[in-house]
Amino acid sequence: MSLLETIHLKKYFGDTHAVDDVSLVIKEGELVSLVGPNGAGKTSFCNVVSAYYTADSGTILFKGRDVTRDSVTARVKAGIARSFQLVNLFDDLTAFDNVALAIFSREGKTRSMAALARRDSAVTGEADAVLGQFGLAGKRNELARSLAQGERKLLDVALAYALRPKLLFLDEPTSGVSTRDKGQIMDTIAGVVRGEGITAVVVEHDMDVVFTYSDRIVVMHQGAILAKGTPDEIRTNEEVAMTLIGAAGPDAFTQRSDHARG
Amino acid sequence: MTAMTTTTATADTGGAAFLRLLIAATAILVGLALLPAVVDPYQTVLLTYGLVMAIAALGFNLLLGYTGLLSFGHSAYFGTGAYTVAFIVRDLGAHSMELCILGGLAGTVLVSALFGFVCVRHTRIFFGILTLALSQVLWSLAFKFFWVTGGTDGIRVAYAKLTLLGGLVDFAGPGSFQRFVFAYYYYVLALFTLATVVMWVIVHSPFGKALQAIRDNETRASFVGISVRRHRWIAFVISGAFTGLAGILWVPLNGLTTPDVLYWPFSGEIVFMSVLGGFRTFAGPIVGAVTFNYLKTAAVASTEYWQLLLGVVLVTLVLLLPSGIVGTAMRLVSRWTR
Repeated sequence: MSLLETIHLKKYFGDTHAVDDVSLVIKEGELVSLVGPNGAGKTSFCNVVSAYYTADSGTILFKGRDVTRDSVTARVKAGIARSFQLVNLFDDLTAFDNVALAIFSREGKTRSMAALARRDSAVTGEADAVLGQFGLAGKRNELARSLAQGERKLLDVALAYALRPKLLFLDEPTSGVSTRDKGQIMDTIAGVVRGEGITAVVVEHDMDVVFTYSDRIVVMHQGAILAKGTPDEIRTNEEVAMTLIGAAGPDAFTQRSDHARG
Repeated sequence: MTAMTTTTATADTGGAAFLRLLIAATAILVGLALLPAVVDPYQTVLLTYGLVMAIAALGFNLLLGYTGLLSFGHSAYFGTGAYTVAFIVRDLGAHSMELCILGGLAGTVLVSALFGFVCVRHTRIFFGILTLALSQVLWSLAFKFFWVTGGTDGIRVAYAKLTLLGGLVDFAGPGSFQRFVFAYYYYVLALFTLATVVMWVIVHSPFGKALQAIRDNETRASFVGISVRRHRWIAFVISGAFTGLAGILWVPLNGLTTPDVLYWPFSGEIVFMSVLGGFRTFAGPIVGAVTFNYLKTAAVASTEYWQLLLGVVLVTLVLLLPSGIVGTAMRLVSRWTR
């Protein structure tokens, strides 16, 4: 069953066609990777679907309902959440408060002012559990600004996850972290997402990561969809290989990553 | 298991910290309650003024320290509170201070809801300028419509006409000023305590956390589903109401309300109190307001050029203590205990 459907979605910035006539169906429960060279429109697509930008034209259907003109908060309440490429946290709050806030918001409790936040045992318990799932339990009382980059990335995802979304956009969850930490972060994220049956769209550059974790891959180029398919289909697609790494051939991706490792 | 241990451990330290806070607050409160017995009435009056301004700064800081909005127009809410009380006493002939408080609060909530609705559509300097401009509209009304507001003469509100606690305490007969000074000090102290507790709960509630999230990162706040503008608006109204309460309590003490309390330099004083005490701490504005009040009184008493003296002292203090009196004290204490 389709969870998200975009129909002829467009977003132009002057002459730049950031999202150019994208029609895409995301099915419930799948983990889709969005790949493409820099400026391909991956983040712009996430931004339009999550209401960071408004679409110029086209339609966004979420669970069959037209949400194209809905506000950010309305889309969050409907079940669309996202993390950010450049970490976007509440820097002067603790890791715990960051997550707790997302839960308070989801529960519609952010206007309650007559009781102390930390006395809400249901929320504090859940916030601690979420921090634990993302391996951040030990960092609970540290300010978000004082966490390491990898931890900040995870907390960014944890914040979106704590909203218990139906659809989760993860914009380059491993950018800016070391190659060693990448696998660990993706293992954590994929584990949580698959464990809870959340539909996820992951923007990612690292093709090793993409091939390892995705159910399906969507390749974008110059704002439009170049190809879509299973990891195996994309791996053998010569046009995709030419666009992404500038080389073709049956083993283009494998050779490149071997080379990178060596 | 690990998660549970952490929670319990933190809950314990949280409890201990709360206990320490409670003990410190009670000690300060007892000290304040005993003070009039040992100092002369003039000092009691001064401290009453300080506590009144502390309520105003506490309200102001919900916007600056917790929501990240710098208002340059809080004179509007202080003045609305003050003028509403004056109207109630003069035009309705009411004597009950509690009635004045209710009426004054209704007036300030109305004005701050209206002004806030316009102002929270903007942030940063645009927000500041809008709050300033709107407050000056009220000032010019008070200034020009002298047949209603008394113009620069203001409106007199004689303490002797007022009663406290629903008529239980009145100030008729000889020696009434002395009685008023003491009774009113305790009245203000009680309301100050109540206001402080209420504000403390608000900033530690889910709503207060949401405001801090909006302060830190407005974009992310909306992406976790918080309606940023609505929360800012509610914070604005609460902030206005606290500052309005201060204006209400200030009138009987001053005996007169004039357009000065609506004028923008007065808004500046409220900003200064919070910065002086430390706007990133809860107690900062309280300490800042009381300190500012003493400094200003001392400056006025010592020279004709008191503004110059006060200005130099304040600039020096802010340069020496960039995180305010309370912020600096907390840093020193944490360095000392480490």
